[in-house]
Amino acid sequence: MADTTGTTKGTNMDLLRFATAGSVDDGKSTLIGRLLLDSKSIFEDQLEAVEATSTSKGYDYTDLALLTDGLRSEREQGITIDVAYRYFATPNRKFIIADTPGHVQYTRNMVTGASTADLGLVLVDARQGLTEQSRRHAVILSLLRVPHLVLAVNKMDLVDFSEEIYEKIHAEFTQFATKLNIPDLEVIPISALNGDNVVNRSENMDWYSGPTLMHHLEHVHVASDRDLIDARFPVQFVVRPKSDEFHDYRGYAGQVAGGVLKPGDEVVVLPSGMTSKISKIDLFDKEITEAFPPMSVTVHLEDDVDVSRGDMIARVKNAPEPLQDIDAMVCWMTTKPLQPRQKLAIKHTTRTGRALVKDIQYRLDVNTLHRDQETKELGVNEIGRVQLRTTVPLLCDPYSKNRATGSFILIDEATGVTVGAGMING
Amino acid sequence: MSPCKAAHGTMLRMSQTHADYRLSQLDQLEAESIHIFREVAAEFEKPVLMFSGGKDSIVMLRLAEKAFYPAKIPFPVLQVDTGLDFPEVLETRDNWVNRLGVNLVVASIDDAIASGVVVDDGKTSRNRMQIGTLLNAIEENGFTAAFGGGRRDEEKARAKERVYSHRDEFGQWDPKNQRPELWSLYNGRLHEGEHMRIFPISNWTELDVWDYIGREGIEIPNIYFSHQRRVFVRDGMLMSETPLNPMREGEVAEERTVRFRTCGDITLTGCVESTASTIDEIIEEIAVAKLTERGATRGDDRFSEAAMEDRKKEGYF
Ligand SMILES: Nc1nc2c(ncn2[C@@H]2O[C@H](COP(=O)(O)OP(=O)(O)OP(=O)(O)O)[C@@H](O)[C@H]2O)c(=O)[nH]1
Ligand SMILES: [Mg+2]
Repeated sequence: MADTTGTTKGTNMDLLRFATAGSVDDGKSTLIGRLLLDSKSIFEDQLEAVEATSTSKGYDYTDLALLTDGLRSEREQGITIDVAYRYFATPNRKFIIADTPGHVQYTRNMVTGASTADLGLVLVDARQGLTEQSRRHAVILSLLRVPHLVLAVNKMDLVDFSEEIYEKIHAEFTQFATKLNIPDLEVIPISALNGDNVVNRSENMDWYSGPTLMHHLEHVHVASDRDLIDARFPVQFVVRPKSDEFHDYRGYAGQVAGGVLKPGDEVVVLPSGMTSKISKIDLFDKEITEAFPPMSVTVHLEDDVDVSRGDMIARVKNAPEPLQDIDAMVCWMTTKPLQPRQKLAIKHTTRTGRALVKDIQYRLDVNTLHRDQETKELGVNEIGRVQLRTTVPLLCDPYSKNRATGSFILIDEATGVTVGAGMING
Repeated sequence: MSPCKAAHGTMLRMSQTHADYRLSQLDQLEAESIHIFREVAAEFEKPVLMFSGGKDSIVMLRLAEKAFYPAKIPFPVLQVDTGLDFPEVLETRDNWVNRLGVNLVVASIDDAIASGVVVDDGKTSRNRMQIGTLLNAIEENGFTAAFGGGRRDEEKARAKERVYSHRDEFGQWDPKNQRPELWSLYNGRLHEGEHMRIFPISNWTELDVWDYIGREGIEIPNIYFSHQRRVFVRDGMLMSETPLNPMREGEVAEERTVRFRTCGDITLTGCVESTASTIDEIIEEIAVAKLTERGATRGDDRFSEAAMEDRKKEGYF
């Protein structure tokens, strides 16, 4: 029996993923602690543990950052080293928070947390205004095409809740943001420590009439951020039961990366170019009438064409072009610099191959956004435009069209470590 | 947790439409987890699923069932037998294993002690001895990837862990030096002797797990539901009266109406007084709970602030 919906029950809540960003000590972890506390998402035993640690360290106030700084060395040093994921829900939304480190040395962990975010929350210390690190993070968020951005001007309590200072930072950031790709920006003055404009409206800033942070997070519209036009289905796994009951069953399992797939659709399998029709789509033991991102389903084709892991199923008249010469923005994440002629492993959707660095066209100065064409390498935490030649064709789209089919990672073949994140231009 | 309560009280039973092509958060979590199972099955030579019989590992097994259906789950299930497991949990484990027709590998602490893999010095808890037993089972069987039911909302060290969590030749986790993990592009590269811990339900909360169990209508051990049990108080927790956990002087057992929020070692896992006898009642109850599931009832996490981090570094689940 075909079912019109993928599922029958389940909650009607939607999901918003957001990531914090900004310089060291601008108050990211404190803000997340405050958000969890004021939305009553903290348990007594968690709060007691944090109060006890704060007292034993001789602090005058409860250090809310300890709610997310979960590693021993983070508590010792009072900084965040790696992303912490935290969760809370309001009646209509579940939130997945990635609290990322501000320290430049741990930029790779910030990129990790931000890569899946729908919204980036950049903090600045009102006393200091924008720093190189806040600019770097804003650039990374814009390159990652995180569609919504909030600039939280924090520590307003330390600048007498001055409207003038807020306006100055607001103007400076708006100016900088014009050079970036930021479709949606909200600037909110807050005090993470005291809770002003986090969940509850501040009584100290009458001059501010915009939303509180929580109100904004609850209402920001994320429905239109996905590509529902260009059907893309990277094949992960071929399901062949080899049992008597399902003797001839042969399905292609994967997660829809774009568009809407329906039985009867004329499709092409890439890179072979063979065409067929979708005969049915399974979601576990049910047949469904359509599949869309980010559903994990099993697709069946009418013809017995050769399909295996790493192949891509797309519409005949709308398929990505198989490319071996890749032009991409790369964020480099290891101390050994990226240089021309270097060879790396590359993973793109469900395809893995090798890549040769043909050229490093420019390095991006995160402060000025100047394109430096002189330096022919990328150091750790640097971003640049890179040309690659791959051993296998990548079935890709520009990252600006599709985050799933436009992204790749680079892996050092000797150490096995992920060293680069790439976003395909186009 | 009052906002969650409102969420579940009013929204849970509403049916959904896909008119705007949106998936509910539970469906999104399910899709993400199934994607992870399939990646691992495709890329690793010898995966295994660590199965305790508790609610989180049951949800994992359900997701694995869905990921490969109608084919059988293409890897075995591994259980570390502490000798201190709840009989009800072992029964549920057997029912699941039989229904799905998966292979069950049991690594027993008693066997590990007998063969000298771990040392019982009389001071080390069985909880700690699980680590050596587990690592030995992984090595002996040549498992290259081990699925765990850890959730990031459970504990602050777990909140830091990647979905693919790399372990060196000694089974150790290096939290200060984790690999970057971008989008859903997982890197499964390993050197000889290393393995990967995989956490497919990283982003699920305790409430999500219960919602899902309720929605799927799947079997879980009955000790999660309210029942009568003879219990005694130790370290502020209600412990089961059982020959496996002899009472100390001054401790007295009495019958109470209780249920368990987690299933661990019987000597370390406490229960809570509760009349919740259906999934909906459990959801109502945890939506207003004041303590975390581990803080409330897990002796193993109470030792120190970094108890979980320290055990995880050594190779714990
Ligand atoms: N007065 C005041 N202090 C704040 C505020 N927000 C944060 N702080 C303090 O600033 C310090 C740093 O805060 P954290 O939250 O650890 O900063 P962070 O941005 O998470 O730092 P990293 O994660 O290491 O990059 C702590 O001592 C906080 O108590 C605020 O609104 N007002
Ligand atoms: Mg921090």
